[in-house]
Amino acid sequence: MNAVHSVDAVPRQDPQDLQEPLMPLTQQDVDQEMAARRAEYRKRVADGAPVEHHPRRDYAPYRSSALRHPERPPVTIEVRADPELVELHSPAFGERDLTETDNDLTRQHTGEPIGERVTVSGRLLDREGRPVRGQLIEIWQANAAGRYAHQREQHDAPLDPNFTGMGRTLTDADGGYRFTTVRPGPYPWRNHVNAWRPAHIHFSLFGTAFTQRLVTQMYFPNDPLFPYDPILQSVTDDAARQRLVATYDHSLSVPEFSLGYHWDIVLDGPAATWPQEGR
Amino acid sequence: MTTTDPSGPESVLPTPSHTVGPFYGYALPFPGGGDIAPLGHPDTITVHGHVHDGEGAPLPDALLELWGPDPDGRVATADGSIRRDPATGGHLGRNGVEFTGWGRVQTDAAGHWHARTLRPGARGRSAPYLSVCVFARGLLVHLFTRIYLPGDPAALTADPLLARLDEARRDTLIAVDEGRGTYRFDIRLQGEGETVFLEFQ
Repeated sequence: MNAVHSVDAVPRQDPQDLQEPLMPLTQQDVDQEMAARRAEYRKRVADGAPVEHHPRRDYAPYRSSALRHPERPPVTIEVRADPELVELHSPAFGERDLTETDNDLTRQHTGEPIGERVTVSGRLLDREGRPVRGQLIEIWQANAAGRYAHQREQHDAPLDPNFTGMGRTLTDADGGYRFTTVRPGPYPWRNHVNAWRPAHIHFSLFGTAFTQRLVTQMYFPNDPLFPYDPILQSVTDDAARQRLVATYDHSLSVPEFSLGYHWDIVLDGPAATWPQEGR
Repeated sequence: MTTTDPSGPESVLPTPSHTVGPFYGYALPFPGGGDIAPLGHPDTITVHGHVHDGEGAPLPDALLELWGPDPDGRVATADGSIRRDPATGGHLGRNGVEFTGWGRVQTDAAGHWHARTLRPGARGRSAPYLSVCVFARGLLVHLFTRIYLPGDPAALTADPLLARLDEARRDTLIAVDEGRGTYRFDIRLQGEGETVFLEFQ
């Protein structure tokens, strides 16, 4: 097929297959692997292991993780033992790091992008529920046809000359953010045969401490591709996975203009323990 | 459940991480991302290296962020890393005067990255270091590590993190002095010589 994405293809090399010619990895193969990982997780939790809010880096159904995850456990740093760590502070961003149209991806070119306009809005919070104020949020996404404005992109869906798909904003005094964009299309990629990513918007977030740094993806509700996607399913905890899905919010819909989606983001990782004036 | 009620801590659960994917290149990198040091500053250092996977192959699609204090150990508070031009929407680059402490660089097609920043000063009980956050396609959760600079063995010996590591692992966190203020720091995501990665609690 021509409509394929990225260079992620990895032939199946399960030990039991070594005697056979390499077979293309099918959705059914990936489904079985994902189900096995979910079952392992449920058993761990039933046996008393803690809930896992994040994917494991060695999530094999996402083939690109195979050679890119550390095999040794991370070394833990107790931040309370040393409040001077530079990681307990965060880089600062300000108005001069943005332009007026950065949070409106439909106004970055001379013409209007094709697609269903959406307003995506929510709050950026830390683990204590405190708003993260005045901090940078960056987003990027495919266009309405499911194509990224990236040269290595191989999917032959049309580019949109009026859509780049990149936005930035600073959170307000309540931790709030708001983007206007078009709903991205789903797109094929080469993890396995007939692999399709559900529609998503990439988010990059800073907190009050560098330890809270987060890059993630927001999904749209009721996407039928959810169960087939090894990236979303890499979050094996059902409740955690649900937190990646925005909710339709009619009060955010703009009359005669866009449909509204609400998505709050909670940053993990320890924050500074000292009182932060103005934060 | 995508509206978070901040009234009770049990309802404030973290948003899961996802990979940065292969297509961040037109969105996250910006011109001058690695030019962190103010122009002509005498304490400027160059840090550079490769990022390798578990088979030793370089990653052409990794993204690194560096975050460090100034030479006196002070944390930068200036914004302006990604200064923009309101007339064109383009990038102005840093102003060459203020130190924001933060930079973002991507590996090139050979898996090589580089940045120029200020030599970090010591803070607390730690030897001087730059904090590093690594993102890549295939990496479902970013990785934190540190670049320690060689040259002060007493400070490195006393560092609370380095003191906990055996020598081979410790060495993965200490850059190699190549002279003229240039330091090499390779990152190995997996396997032999795997870089020490950190988890903050």
